Amino acid sequence: MAGITLSNVRKTYAGGVAAVKGVSIDIEDGEFIVLVGPSGCGKSTLLRMVAGLEAITEGEISIGDRVVNKIEPADRDIAMVFQNYALYPHMTVYNNLAYGLKNRGIKKEEIDRRVREAARILEIADYLDRKPRALSGGQRQRVAMGRAIVREPKAFLFDEPLSNLDAKLRVQMRIEIKKLQKALGTTSLYVTHDQLEAMTLADRLVVLNGGQVEQIGTPIDVYENPASTFVASFIGSPAMNLMEIERDNAQWHLSRGDGLSLKSELEERSAILGLRPEDLHIVEDETQLEDPLVLSLIVSAVEPVGAESYVHATLGEQGQEVIVRAPGKQHFEVGSVLKVAAKREKLHFFSSETGKALTSTGKLQPA
Amino acid sequence: MKREHITDHLILILGAVFMIAPVIVAFMTSTHDAVSVYRNGLQMTWGGHFSDTYSAVLTEAGGFTKEVTGFTMLKNSMILGLGFAIGKIIISMLAAYAIVYFRFPLASFCFWVIFATLLLPLEVRILPSYEIVQGLGMMNSYSGLIVPLIASATGTFYFRQFFKSVPDELVEAARIDGAGPIKFFIDILVPLSKTMIAAIFIIMFVYGWNQYLWPTLITTDETFFTLVRGMRQILQVWIGAQIPETNQAMALAVLAMLPPVIVVIVFQSWFVKGLVESEK
Repeated sequence: MAGITLSNVRKTYAGGVAAVKGVSIDIEDGEFIVLVGPSGCGKSTLLRMVAGLEAITEGEISIGDRVVNKIEPADRDIAMVFQNYALYPHMTVYNNLAYGLKNRGIKKEEIDRRVREAARILEIADYLDRKPRALSGGQRQRVAMGRAIVREPKAFLFDEPLSNLDAKLRVQMRIEIKKLQKALGTTSLYVTHDQLEAMTLADRLVVLNGGQVEQIGTPIDVYENPASTFVASFIGSPAMNLMEIERDNAQWHLSRGDGLSLKSELEERSAILGLRPEDLHIVEDETQLEDPLVLSLIVSAVEPVGAESYVHATLGEQGQEVIVRAPGKQHFEVGSVLKVAAKREKLHFFSSETGKALTSTGKLQPA
Repeated sequence: MKREHITDHLILILGAVFMIAPVIVAFMTSTHDAVSVYRNGLQMTWGGHFSDTYSAVLTEAGGFTKEVTGFTMLKNSMILGLGFAIGKIIISMLAAYAIVYFRFPLASFCFWVIFATLLLPLEVRILPSYEIVQGLGMMNSYSGLIVPLIASATGTFYFRQFFKSVPDELVEAARIDGAGPIKFFIDILVPLSKTMIAAIFIIMFVYGWNQYLWPTLITTDETFFTLVRGMRQILQVWIGAQIPETNQAMALAVLAMLPPVIVVIVFQSWFVKGLVESEK
């Protein structure tokens, strides 16, 4: 067991392309950290650098209190689960689990004990004599996990391990991974581009964009206080509504078109307003409202998903798209006018220049 | 639809007959005695001298020096075929392993140099090759027969393509599992390449078995003669009243055909697998 520390880690490829541009993260012992971001944000590269599969251009990575920059992957005491499982196709499940232990020169009885124990935990004991080819995707995934568990490593590294599974199995395995990690208490670093997976698994999220950390925090913290428009639009589904607004004296309006009424003490001349779809509530009579924000929308489409409906509506002349999350039973007519309002504490403001979060009075939020 | 079906079969049957006819003629001729073959030409019927001819061919010493039997030649051919195939597989696998998995300067240049040697088949470079083998004193030896031929651009190319199709994650998983380059090669790459090895083995075994020009140059000692070469020797014997033992030559031809046919039949399912799919 050990924590992992990344300090100012950089990766620049031979062609001069910078994949990771100075990332520092402190991972505590036993913590489940999820690296999340769009493709090409450097999250996999970062993970592979921790694993030792990519050289570190600059900075320092330590596992426990040992700097591992120059240490071979096998000697870093980590285990990795790959996206395509990377099981050895010609070996039985048993040998797949045992191979790494054999190479370490661990005694046969000990290997056998560990393999059977892992197989029991993962419920793959019946398949130990099969080859990976004879297993389903979910079972292969378990074997890949088993290969990590038998090593009893200081840390687990997961590289999008669920993205080859179908949706239902993914949800199931997600919960199992979380339970397993809690039970074993092993420090874990998990890479995904799926924000839902990230939210549900993580003790702390690391949102990466363009090789840099955008925000580190607990899932709820990141969701409720996104540090930038990037995080705001990346975390949450449907995404946060973002609209550019400008101030004329005390009066705020959309940069393009009208339909927005906002009371705010924000001191900027312009800003980006962020609204979560579920924070918008539908109002019948706006004159009685105390809410500082009211939007007049025209419904353009409705996506009913059962318990709720996502109402797609447009705002202003440029047809700014706004999504409102409404109760599933309510009926909406396409083309009709819809008034929605939001409470003060639900408004997010971002700087229109940098995209960084602002407090309600226009100060840059302390990072 | 039905008619097309019959036509398809007819075409295939015709093709099969066309291919098999020379083999049948050779086999039938080999069952006659030398005199009737000499008098009546090639035979299409059973001649009844099957066991005489074949035992004579296999056990009686023939050739100019009367030192070599069919069995010896069969053994020589086998050594050449196997040595050739196995040697080529080992060398080309190692070469492909180096090219695909190790970053060394000019790796792809090296590969293309190897690949370019396809433009220089044995026939083109036979004089210098002969010079070298002769200079090294490797004439009339198995190593002289095999070693100069075992570098294989074709094999290297096939293995390179195969290794490139092995997912990188497998290498990485092995690295994390503590397998070094040699362990990875032996524990993972070789077992994965099984079908590919089988495919290359067939091609190379048949190729080696059928070598004619090279053994003719390198071996003058009849005890090193291969079947393919010995066949001709039988027909060359024109001493006194002897007539060429065409039946025996045919028998040798039939015998020479058997091992490659057996190899192909045994390995054919692997062969197709090796060339079209891979176990991943």
